[in-house]
Amino acid sequence: MNPACRRRPSRRDLLAAAAALPAAGCLSAVAIRPARAAVPETMEAAIREFAGEAAIRDGRVKLEIPALVENGNSVTLSVAVESPMSAADHVKTIAVFNEKNPQPNVALFHLGPRSGRARVEIRIRLATSQKLVAVARMSDGSLWQDSADVIVTLAACLED
Amino acid sequence: MTDRFRQRAAASLAGLALTLAAAAAASAETAADGRRSGFDFMSRETQGMQRDDSANPGMLWVRDGEALWSRKAGPAERACADCHGDAKTSMRGVAARYPAFSEEAGRPINLEQRINECRSERQGARLLPHESQEMLGLSAYIAHQSRGLPIAPPEDERLTPFRDKGRAFYEARQGQLNLSCALCHDDNAGRRLAGAPIPQGHPTGYPLYRLEWQGLGSLQRRLRNCIVGMRAEAFAYGAPEYVDLELYLATRAAGMTVETPAVRP
Amino acid sequence: MAGALINVPKEIKRGETFEIKTLVRHPMETGYRRGPSGEAIARDIINRFACTYDGEEIFRAELFPAVAANPFIAFSTVATQSGELAFTWTDDAGHSQTETVKITVA
Repeated sequence: MNPACRRRPSRRDLLAAAAALPAAGCLSAVAIRPARAAVPETMEAAIREFAGEAAIRDGRVKLEIPALVENGNSVTLSVAVESPMSAADHVKTIAVFNEKNPQPNVALFHLGPRSGRARVEIRIRLATSQKLVAVARMSDGSLWQDSADVIVTLAACLED
Repeated sequence: MTDRFRQRAAASLAGLALTLAAAAAASAETAADGRRSGFDFMSRETQGMQRDDSANPGMLWVRDGEALWSRKAGPAERACADCHGDAKTSMRGVAARYPAFSEEAGRPINLEQRINECRSERQGARLLPHESQEMLGLSAYIAHQSRGLPIAPPEDERLTPFRDKGRAFYEARQGQLNLSCALCHDDNAGRRLAGAPIPQGHPTGYPLYRLEWQGLGSLQRRLRNCIVGMRAEAFAYGAPEYVDLELYLATRAAGMTVETPAVRP
Repeated sequence: MAGALINVPKEIKRGETFEIKTLVRHPMETGYRRGPSGEAIARDIINRFACTYDGEEIFRAELFPAVAANPFIAFSTVATQSGELAFTWTDDAGHSQTETVKITVA
């Protein structure tokens, strides 16, 4: 994201900032990448925390998100899971994780037989281009996942 | 910094990466003269966000405005509805005609200024600050009543000198980058600036929900964004230069469809 | 919070699964942004969203700062009977907002 800018940046700050920004120049801070930005390992850890020791299989889950996004502030993401959603066989939770935001969790959805269909849609924020992962836990304890990569572009000119 | 940015901007504008018009023209109202709404330059997903009233975040402000329309204000405890009745009928087509000439001001005013004129003259109520949630709600609600109608700047001779000033502002180079509105939005619309498509700059859906703002904002907010982006001096909200520019933009977009509340990246 | 939009289909048949779309006004301040003088802006998000159908919870979501401002959440449920859907958003400070919608099931 955009590094912090002070009111009157020094020459060195500006050159460093210009190298990092797609459209250089900001008069005041908009958003910064915090000191500890999430890395793929953090996402792995968060997924492990949700899944426990069980194996996560690919399939049955479909994570849909545009491949290229014109603004990371609001990106529509949907997760659909193949499931009869009956009392005997249904999706209990769907967890969504991200790779490079400051922290790896996005949302955790609790469903049940009354859901009828295992599909949720939500708008999320993406700090930068990254991978999203959705993991579904079934009523029988099995875990299934899907992932998608998103390229995030930024606005050309910053406000204020 | 300035030099480096100027080089980048110049390079982008010179069309180093000559990308043709970004989005597929999904809009049904493509004017035969080639004028296209900013809607056409957006991704399919963002277009979907605008089209669906149950998913369009701008509708949250329209709903607010609907409540404000009936709220009593001022010492006489008068609501907009008390004079204007049902906005769906009384406000239909109104926003499409703004900016319009104000006898009191002796110059054109935009919709927000008209709302404040009414509040102070007819309700005796306090003026709503620019970009306040109340002003945005009311203006969104009123402008929403013109959705689907063509932008129709009034044929009023008194507006001519102001429109000309607006046009001059649009075409003049300004700021540290020495850019003009026309340079991007007339000469380079459809190409990309730092990865983002350059639209034609028609005010077809204001006030609108801008993803970059994560909220609703007025046309003047967007104009000031651009001007700051060009490293030019941004005047205060309500500056006559901006209203003149809004008037020129409305004329330039005459006949195009109002989309309020639009969604834009 | 203020301002919420809830969308349910007008005609719902008994036993059919229908989609519910919700939109609520909230800045969802992540806690990672800085103000003009460099001061940290405190986190303030809706962290929980729940929906009940005639009092019984049919859907729940835990939200994190990665959720966009003015959160849009859509989900489904099976139409069992005509009744009331109640939607509750809860923020970090523990404040809740509830909106209700009556549905008619044929």
